Amino acid sequence: MALLRVESLVAGYVPGVDILRGTNMSLESGSLVAVIGANGAGKSTLARTIFGLVPVRSGAVFFQEQNITGQPPEHLVRLGVSYVPQTANVFPSLTIAENLEMGAFRDSRNLDRRRRRIYDLFPSLGKRQRQSAGTLSGGERQMLAMGKALMMEPQLLILDEPSAALSPILVQDIFRLIQQIHAQGTTILLVEQNARKALAIAQKGYVMDGGQEHFSGTGIELLHHPEVVALYLGKKG
Amino acid sequence: MDWVTALLQAGIDGVSFGAVLALGAIGLTLGYGILRLANFAHGDLLTVGAYLTLAFQAGLQWPLPLAMAGGALGTMLLTLTCDALLWAPLRSRRASPTSLMIASIGLALVLRNGVILIWGVSPQRYNLPVSPAIALGAGLQITASRLWALGIALGAVVLVSLLLQQTKIGRAMRAVADSPELARVTGVPVGLVTAITWLVTGGLAALSGEMLGLITTMRPNMGWLLILPIFAATILGGIGNPYGAIAGALLVGVAQEVATVCPASLGSLTQYCLSTDYKLGVGLLIMVLVLLLRPQGLFRGTRA
Repeated sequence: MALLRVESLVAGYVPGVDILRGTNMSLESGSLVAVIGANGAGKSTLARTIFGLVPVRSGAVFFQEQNITGQPPEHLVRLGVSYVPQTANVFPSLTIAENLEMGAFRDSRNLDRRRRRIYDLFPSLGKRQRQSAGTLSGGERQMLAMGKALMMEPQLLILDEPSAALSPILVQDIFRLIQQIHAQGTTILLVEQNARKALAIAQKGYVMDGGQEHFSGTGIELLHHPEVVALYLGKKG
Repeated sequence: MDWVTALLQAGIDGVSFGAVLALGAIGLTLGYGILRLANFAHGDLLTVGAYLTLAFQAGLQWPLPLAMAGGALGTMLLTLTCDALLWAPLRSRRASPTSLMIASIGLALVLRNGVILIWGVSPQRYNLPVSPAIALGAGLQITASRLWALGIALGAVVLVSLLLQQTKIGRAMRAVADSPELARVTGVPVGLVTAITWLVTGGLAALSGEMLGLITTMRPNMGWLLILPIFAATILGGIGNPYGAIAGALLVGVAQEVATVCPASLGSLTQYCLSTDYKLGVGLLIMVLVLLLRPQGLFRGTRA
């Protein structure tokens, strides 16, 4: 059974301008699925539409076979879906600990145990629990944003370009952490600009172009697919 | 040396007036930070709170503290009603900040004329027991009602600070002030935060109006006239920052009183004194200077 299923999704921010033009995809429970594609291909819009942030014109989204098309984000958080936006994804005037608390607003039982779990995953955050998030570096903010999204112990974590605007060393760290989160049992939908790295850790990948998925396959297949390599992965190195 | 005494006395009066302003300014700045609303109807909420208290005290013969609590509660309910009838529909239509501001001016007119319709235009007073001013030594004094105003304002400030720092909903209010969109995505109940913000705003505005009623006579335009110094205090403290608003309000309050000090010992120079009629002008001047020299305020606000 697919955890998440997207069927012929058409969506856009402004009436008359469709960004998604009939996208299909499915995600098995426990998998890590990458969505790659050029700028403007509709990757981030797909993530935002699944999470109820973009008006849907037609098509449907199912989570655990339940139709969640157009449901507001607060409802999806309750169902077990978390989303990490690409930018402005932490509350700068709140401390690290307070940011994590907000992540578990809907259910703050065992708040301390959940926070400890996040601090175990991201030790650098644990050392500075009372520091305000606005003073963190780009990489630390990204970790806090992921930690905040993990506080509800979601079944599905949607990450929107987590490596954007990070230095190459931090990109390595972030991908390692994404693998670690996945290994702990969270299903992940990873929207990424960094196609090679994303496909290398994904079981399944979708290549988007013009608001539709053009290719799909296992991460390895796509990494060696001649057309995908030529059009989307560029030269090696 | 009577001018020293006069200045100190003006400082004392300024602090108590500043405390009244602070109650108004905290509500205004929270509303701006969390609801993204420059609410020109905020001053008239003060008026409504003050007159509701009058109705409960003079009309229903309630004791003053109970009447004040009733006035605050009534104003809180009014803010929730306004949100349901006016602000929520405007938010769902994604109204621009300018549209919201103009709507708030409209609401201000409705509230003020509602007060005139019910209570008339003539000045009114609470039925207060006559109590002598308390001597502070060195010729300085403070009236009991000003002291009450100061104490209640301080208490409210401490409570708001505890709410924002020590409670989960208060931290959620700060989160929404940082980013309403992220708060929504994170699963913070933005609707609940909005309602709580209106309740706090309405309660503080009513208290401010009631304190003002303790130290002056009440008129239907009392809150409207105060909206300028309240905005001045809010901008001075960094808009969206409640602690800044308190500091800004005390500064504006003291500046307004001190600027119009005019002791008789100045002799013929008293003709150059600033008349007390210009008190509001001092508040406005501070606002203009801050906007020109340090538009972000003295302290950091919610938005640059």
